[in-house]
Amino acid sequence: MTMKNNELETKSELQEKSLFDKAVGRRSFLQYAGAGAAGIALVAAGCSKDRGYDNPTMNGATLDFKTDIGVLNYAYALEQLEAAFYIKVASAPPAAFTAAQKAYFQDVQFHEIAHREFFKKALSTAAIGSLEVDFSSIDFTSASGVLAAAQSFEDLGVSAYNGAGVRITTTDYLVLAGKIVSVEARHAAWVRDQISNGSFADLNSLTALGANNSAGLDGALTPDKVLAIAGKYVKTKINVINL
Amino acid sequence: MNILNILDEIEKVDGEIYERLSPRRSAMKDFFNVGKKISMAALPLALGSMFQKAYGQTNPSTVNDVLNFALALEYLEYNYYNHALTNSTITFPTTASNAAITTIRAHERAHVDLLKSALQISGADGYVDADFDFTAGGAFGDVFSNYQTFLKVALAFEDTGVRAYKGQAPILKGNAVLTTALQIHSVEARHASHIRQMVAASLGVALKPWISYAANGNDTGISAVDAVYAGEQNTVQAGVEINGLGGASQTQAAESFDEFLTGAAVKTIANQFIKTGKKLA
Repeated sequence: MTMKNNELETKSELQEKSLFDKAVGRRSFLQYAGAGAAGIALVAAGCSKDRGYDNPTMNGATLDFKTDIGVLNYAYALEQLEAAFYIKVASAPPAAFTAAQKAYFQDVQFHEIAHREFFKKALSTAAIGSLEVDFSSIDFTSASGVLAAAQSFEDLGVSAYNGAGVRITTTDYLVLAGKIVSVEARHAAWVRDQISNGSFADLNSLTALGANNSAGLDGALTPDKVLAIAGKYVKTKINVINL
Repeated sequence: MNILNILDEIEKVDGEIYERLSPRRSAMKDFFNVGKKISMAALPLALGSMFQKAYGQTNPSTVNDVLNFALALEYLEYNYYNHALTNSTITFPTTASNAAITTIRAHERAHVDLLKSALQISGADGYVDADFDFTAGGAFGDVFSNYQTFLKVALAFEDTGVRAYKGQAPILKGNAVLTTALQIHSVEARHASHIRQMVAASLGVALKPWISYAANGNDTGISAVDAVYAGEQNTVQAGVEINGLGGASQTQAAESFDEFLTGAAVKTIANQFIKTGKKLA
């Protein structure tokens, strides 16, 4: 594993160098154009910078954005995170939750599990492993704490799918991402309304995620930015290459 | 953000960018004009069209067709909410319900303006209130006097909008325009989620924010809008049966993935609300 990690970092460095040299080919350029300046940020959160670090475990997941497999694994990683969160909420909801809130959190839990399991099946042997999550920053006994976390996950999920769609080259996968993102947006709107009725599409509050209220646009973020935000909830090291 | 700076940046990595965009350098005058005219938010759309022209493999006109189609649907939605707010006898039961519709109207207007700008349409709107029949030939006769009827039609419009954008995504695949379209798509889904909650509250029905399972796909109980939900009962995605997957019920399996509608299906739905002479072809 150590060798593999070193090899991946080397590949990252090469990619980084070639981008700075501006010696990019046509395909890379198109990715650059699509992703904007963020395309340069190749190493996302959670990726260790200390080169000599010897990682003795099998931990670590690599998202190689060169192909659709990387994009699907990225979605798989995010769905793992969401599913783990909702499983924890649904198994022991905050005491202050209403019956309706408990029922809908059950639904959302199964939606996210379905997404997670779908990607796992679709990716088959190309799937990354199970991520280890860290929800220590969330107070699962507090209704407001759980709702705030749910809102963060859903709004981020929407921005993630919106930002990653342009990378998908297989039509069927693009449609599938579209089928999932609108469900995440429905979740996001509902959770937001639980916190503050009428905030379902408060785009002004989503500018950090790439939303633009005056144009009526929801968030959209490149994977490196999404992973930087999601990083605090993930223990597993996530390597990003070919972004 | 200056469009010419962007093109300059691109020229550093692709010296032929201008040639790709247009075989004649004199045509750059067009781009100066474009840079001045187009609003900042519409820039991704316009740039996407340019890149499509420069690098794309598909016909740019197909992208414009999608944008024009989307624009027609946004005209429909904007005029609907605007009519309800400015020229109706609807009694909104709460301040919050009025505020929500006002918010949604603002987004639809923003979408109209964004798409007009991207298509470089200046001047009057292509569709105005008088071009629509929001009663759908009488099926929703009291749409502008009965709050519940108004909500039912809004519900149909929002869920149709979500399905419509989703169906056009393959045509925009790999194009920067896709990102903007997706950003509109998820806003429509947020609207749909909220309108569903408004319907549930007003009609006292157990309608969920997400589209739930029904044998014919229509979970709303409003048979006049069956076409809007055709196929939403699907639980198989890319050959994977979601029903039972990870413990999901048939209902949760259908809920967890929204389905798309073809352009033809959307036009049939929309044309019910558009007067003769302005119907979508």
